[in-house]
Amino acid sequence: MTLANIKLSTAILLGSFLIGASPVLAETVLHRGNAGEPQTLDQAHTSINIEEFILKDLYEGLTIYDAAGKVVPGAAETWDLSDDGLVYTFKLRADAKWSDGSPVTATDFVFSLQRIEDPKTAAGYANILFPIKNAEKVNKGEVPVDQLGVKAVDDKTLEITLERPTPFFLELLAHQTALPVSKASVEKNGADFVKPGVMVSNGAYKLVAHTPNDSLTTEKNPEYWDAANVKIDKVIFYPIDDQAASVRRFEAKEMDLAYNFSADQLDRLRKSYGEQVHVSPTLATYYYAFDTRQEPYSDVRVRRALSMSVDRDFLAKEIYSGSQLPSYSMVPPGMASYGDPAKADFSEMSQLDREDEAVKLMKEAGYGEGGKPLNIEIRYNTNPNHERVATAVADMWKNTFGAQVSLVNLDVSSHYAYLQEGGKFNVARAGWVADYADAENFLALSLSSNKTFNYGHFENAEFDALMKKSYEETDPTVRSKILHEAEALLMKEQPIAPFLTQADLWLVSDKVKGWQDNAVNAHLSRFLRVSE
Amino acid sequence: MISFVLRRLASAVPTLFIVVTISFFLMRFAPGGPFNLERPLPPQTMANLMATYHLDQPLWNQYLTYISNAVTGDFGPSYIYKDNTVAELIGKGLPYSIQLGSYALLLALIGGVLAGTLAALRQNSVLDFLIMSVSTVGVTVPNFVVGPVLTLVFAVVLAWLPAGSWGDGSLRFLILPMVALALPQLAVFARLTRGSMIEAMHTDHIRTARAYGLPPRVVVVTHAMRAAMLPVVSYLAPAAAALLTGSAVVETIFTIPGVGRYFVLGAINRDYTLVMGTVVLIAIFVIVFNLVVDILYGLLDPRVRHD
Repeated sequence: MTLANIKLSTAILLGSFLIGASPVLAETVLHRGNAGEPQTLDQAHTSINIEEFILKDLYEGLTIYDAAGKVVPGAAETWDLSDDGLVYTFKLRADAKWSDGSPVTATDFVFSLQRIEDPKTAAGYANILFPIKNAEKVNKGEVPVDQLGVKAVDDKTLEITLERPTPFFLELLAHQTALPVSKASVEKNGADFVKPGVMVSNGAYKLVAHTPNDSLTTEKNPEYWDAANVKIDKVIFYPIDDQAASVRRFEAKEMDLAYNFSADQLDRLRKSYGEQVHVSPTLATYYYAFDTRQEPYSDVRVRRALSMSVDRDFLAKEIYSGSQLPSYSMVPPGMASYGDPAKADFSEMSQLDREDEAVKLMKEAGYGEGGKPLNIEIRYNTNPNHERVATAVADMWKNTFGAQVSLVNLDVSSHYAYLQEGGKFNVARAGWVADYADAENFLALSLSSNKTFNYGHFENAEFDALMKKSYEETDPTVRSKILHEAEALLMKEQPIAPFLTQADLWLVSDKVKGWQDNAVNAHLSRFLRVSE
Repeated sequence: MISFVLRRLASAVPTLFIVVTISFFLMRFAPGGPFNLERPLPPQTMANLMATYHLDQPLWNQYLTYISNAVTGDFGPSYIYKDNTVAELIGKGLPYSIQLGSYALLLALIGGVLAGTLAALRQNSVLDFLIMSVSTVGVTVPNFVVGPVLTLVFAVVLAWLPAGSWGDGSLRFLILPMVALALPQLAVFARLTRGSMIEAMHTDHIRTARAYGLPPRVVVVTHAMRAAMLPVVSYLAPAAAALLTGSAVVETIFTIPGVGRYFVLGAINRDYTLVMGTVVLIAIFVIVFNLVVDILYGLLDPRVRHD
């Protein structure tokens, strides 16, 4: 190193020290594109992830999702579960405070959970916490609110009693509905407790300003127990429901994060922005259901043949430009409590082998070329992508079996209303997005007792028995094994043919550090950093 | 004049009442309701919500309650934006829409009249042809095309102006949405001005003025312009009402926090109260601007007098 170089590097080093020591540090700001205007900032009324991203920065629940999407302690530092799996005892963090400096107490949580279940609150997602003892009865107005199975043992100890063992209860507590409110603030301010200048929150950030349809600004909450590790001083959420506009603002460098863009932009954006484009598989499955109440779909061979002959790679790559991933299981991958899902046995075969096998099965069942004619009607909800999938699938069935396929589409509410009210059909498109990260949420759709969502009215005593066993099992490892058995059976029977795992699309600027794609799409700003 | 204004304002009351009544019932005849979602709510939750918003009561009862509340300025809670009342939402959004809309109106009016006059005076010239072609494009190309093209060019490629947001409300942020909003109206003003200007230039009193040897500028500005402005002024009422109450498309493309989008969002989501609130707002604007235009008419045209 020459002298000049040494001087230079000393100067740079000194300079960086000076900047580091300077008291007027530049404020770090994260410009977060959010896919629309939040409809509410009230935990009792929230239902969409646009609100979830904001609320989880502002508030901290008993449990939270970390940067990798794993459930970890939040406002609760530790917890115990009784041997019968019915009583959780949470120890709240001793230093947890609200943004007004008052301590977060067990009473706040009791108040918050009672508020959600109180029929007067009319919370849209009250049912997600029905595993809590008496929650459903309270919500129906059958017993008074104070009968809810939630108790403050002392200021920092909270006891929650469950209706029955619920292995995924800690996941439910990480849902935005279970975020606490400050009892004092809600009692004092009523419905106004959500407004800037009034809101008292216990998360890493506090609400500073909100102009509907323009921006929502939050600032680091100095009272937060882990404030020392919160690196971003200010987070501004931009509500942009126009996906193309959101991409343009990211490209104009006005935003560091953009959520959800049109899949047909994927190739172009990958070319221009490379690693900044994130396709993150999410807990959502795109599938076709067969009406097992009628011929020929009551025959497992026909269902399997139809399912096998669908080229999922084509759907994922050609129709969704890689923004969705091929799927052979009902439960999507990426669920921490479940591990790899149980895929259909034909998932390892090549598409050509699958087609040969499918033709054989269909012949055995006596349908298609040389057998009884195969007339199939595919129902789907009106949407250009669903139409393209249906057209492609129709083509595959025509080519493989010589089937006559017709397409019928209805607007989304009519489509689902028809299926949920037990309307008959041949094959119908459906999708399921997880309410909570547990395999049960997907598998329960095929229970014979599930009159609403078991569209094809699949009935299988063995499957029902396995699910029943899983509900009674408290050991998570054993339970996961039972659920895998249930899914393997479901995938053998194919009353539903999973096609795709949906993905969340994000644009994440190079400036943003600490970002991890995860299946629950949890991205708290406190785990991120911004570098200039 | 004052009695004319008072009479007109009094006649606005039954008009508003009829508008509110028709929209109230039309909205309810649309299938579905504010809480019918892709995934059905449990019946109990649905019942709780319907009770909270009094939607479980007979329709005529809801109608009477709505009218009696509306008279006192209470337009009810929004069903989508649950933290706000309709009055709050409109109160917050309207100043933005009015500010942006006024700029756009000014741009459209001045730009349109100038362009139209130039085209009329150079009738059938290259300039005329050019102005009319551009204004045809202005009318026919929708602003959901113009908006994105403007942002792509000026924000993404050239990086001269922001791609969206109200920002600090400075002109820098408002130029692109203002142009996108003004363009179609500017084109209409230009075509109207050109047509009536050509007509006015052929009238007897202009020929007389010319024969007297008045300088061309005086002929155009003081005599022809006055007559040519009548159709422009009558178009001013719908244009002002449309621009000042915001545009769902422009507001969405540029993330402008105005009230334009509430009409569309409210209708799609069956947010009855929000739709009603915007209907009342737009009706009031139309009524007021029609009145303003009628008064302007009286000032411009000696044949129209309000006594």
